Amino acid sequence: MLEPSAFLQFFHHPHVWIIWTTLAKIIVLLAIVLGLVSYTVYAERRVSAFIQDRLGPNRVGPEGLLQPIADAIKLLLKENFVPNYVKKFYYLLAPLIAMIPPILVLAVIPFGSQLFGVPMVIADLDIGILWAFAISSLGVYGIVLAGWASNSKYPFLGGIRSSSQMISYELSLGLSVVPVFLVVGTLNLQEIVRWQVHNGWLIAPFWPKGFNLHSFLANPLEHLIQTFASGFSLERLLLWIPLFLSFLVFLVSIFAETNRAPFDLPEAEQELVGGYHTEYSSMGFALFFLGEYAAMIAAAGVLVTLYLGGWSLPLIPDGSATSFLGLPFIPPWLASTLWGLINIGVFFAKVILVLLFMIWVRWTVPRFRFDQLMKLGWYVFFELALLNIILVAAILAFFPNVK
Amino acid sequence: MAKVIQRPKLTLAEMLYLPAILGGLLITVRHFFDTLLGRKKVTMRYPEERWDNHLPDYYRGAPALVKDEHGRERCVACQLCEFICPPRAIRIIPEEIPSNDPWAKVEKRPKEFEINMIRCIYCGLCQEVCPEQAIFLKKDYSFVGYSRQDMIHNKEKLYELGGTMTGLVHKWNEKK
Repeated sequence: MLEPSAFLQFFHHPHVWIIWTTLAKIIVLLAIVLGLVSYTVYAERRVSAFIQDRLGPNRVGPEGLLQPIADAIKLLLKENFVPNYVKKFYYLLAPLIAMIPPILVLAVIPFGSQLFGVPMVIADLDIGILWAFAISSLGVYGIVLAGWASNSKYPFLGGIRSSSQMISYELSLGLSVVPVFLVVGTLNLQEIVRWQVHNGWLIAPFWPKGFNLHSFLANPLEHLIQTFASGFSLERLLLWIPLFLSFLVFLVSIFAETNRAPFDLPEAEQELVGGYHTEYSSMGFALFFLGEYAAMIAAAGVLVTLYLGGWSLPLIPDGSATSFLGLPFIPPWLASTLWGLINIGVFFAKVILVLLFMIWVRWTVPRFRFDQLMKLGWYVFFELALLNIILVAAILAFFPNVK
Repeated sequence: MAKVIQRPKLTLAEMLYLPAILGGLLITVRHFFDTLLGRKKVTMRYPEERWDNHLPDYYRGAPALVKDEHGRERCVACQLCEFICPPRAIRIIPEEIPSNDPWAKVEKRPKEFEINMIRCIYCGLCQEVCPEQAIFLKKDYSFVGYSRQDMIHNKEKLYELGGTMTGLVHKWNEKK
């Protein structure tokens, strides 16, 4: 029998440590994200109701907060009806393919700084963002496969629309983020967040260097004016314009990428009776639904990480800090844990805000016509993203100290 | 001849989409907060809040039979309502009033009076045609039952719904 101390030592062995901490992170993140998915559906229904002067689901539990559980039970208990004219293997495969990529994308997103010395990202890849793009574009296969395997006209049209939409938006999606990497100089998402901690969020990179909580608490006003005056310069203002453009193009592209309104052509209810998932019922349909909302969360996570500072918030230190607001009775380990948890909370708060924005846009903007969508993708955003890269490259070449 | 429709010339702001989208977002967020804070109210939380106190006087709910101020059932079983009823929801079996009854001079009364609420279309023709002002459309609108039989209102139920209605018809009263 193992001694308790030997047992603990086993868990502290570097290789074992990395395995079990990663597994723990996977389980916790998956639990959080799946919970977030079901409550995003609830939020979608409530917010759309309020926007349309209705009340929405408010019967199950207080203010309808248990509605996602009721929905899950309903979907699980329903009969999974498979029409006998479908291509069975691909028909059953499609929901899985739609569900898996968004969850895989979450692996590279840093959802916190560190907790107990463990970096809060499942896979700290140096090619992080490439992984995210490569995997998330696989999601379209699920939709195309579902449309084709359903052997029915409406899903087929949905699948066709989805694939052509994906081709027109993937380009501007990829190109729009190139300025970010030109400025930051790395593809590692954790590094990008660290850059933003010191230089300001990429949506508005005015955050002055050397501005921190400690000196702010010591002498608030003077420190504030001093650092802002030194951080604000013409070059930075110049850099802000293309970065904001890149943010805008990226934002619109992820709407198209996740099939959200105003680009929800593959599942246009009014035209296609639900589009690619018309022939699905029960858990097959639920998996598409989960996949769609998980894709929204993954996209929001990437957006937050790239442009909105990830888990960072001005004046809030990361999980390596050893004092909590200078309070003497909080030991260093507790302080760093608290800051680590706050960082995670900040990340998910930002993600939730982006999700609410996506819901808000969905219930505001009418769907684009297909030719309008193609025109926007190929004539406007593709060129805009290309020009933007050249612009940023030029700014960086002429003002080397802008970073 | 083909008719050429001139597309309107868009201004730069319109071509950019963004000002229009921002305007739309402002409108929807205003609606969101109006409903969230209860400043504007459109829907009614039905089982808790009901229409009962908001119904207009002319509301046509379920038909019901009424008694007069002496407790006499007004219906004389003339069967006009049964004839006029478009969906044939009313069924009446008349009977003679026995001679020892104080209201024997009325001669006829319904032995059985049934309204099938599955059939009733709440048109109000029965109320309009009734020469005795014995049947009225009340404000009750919510009827449920476990079977079709439950949904047929018999005489007892109809008088329970109708209650007493005074005035209007005096011809059977004692001459003063």
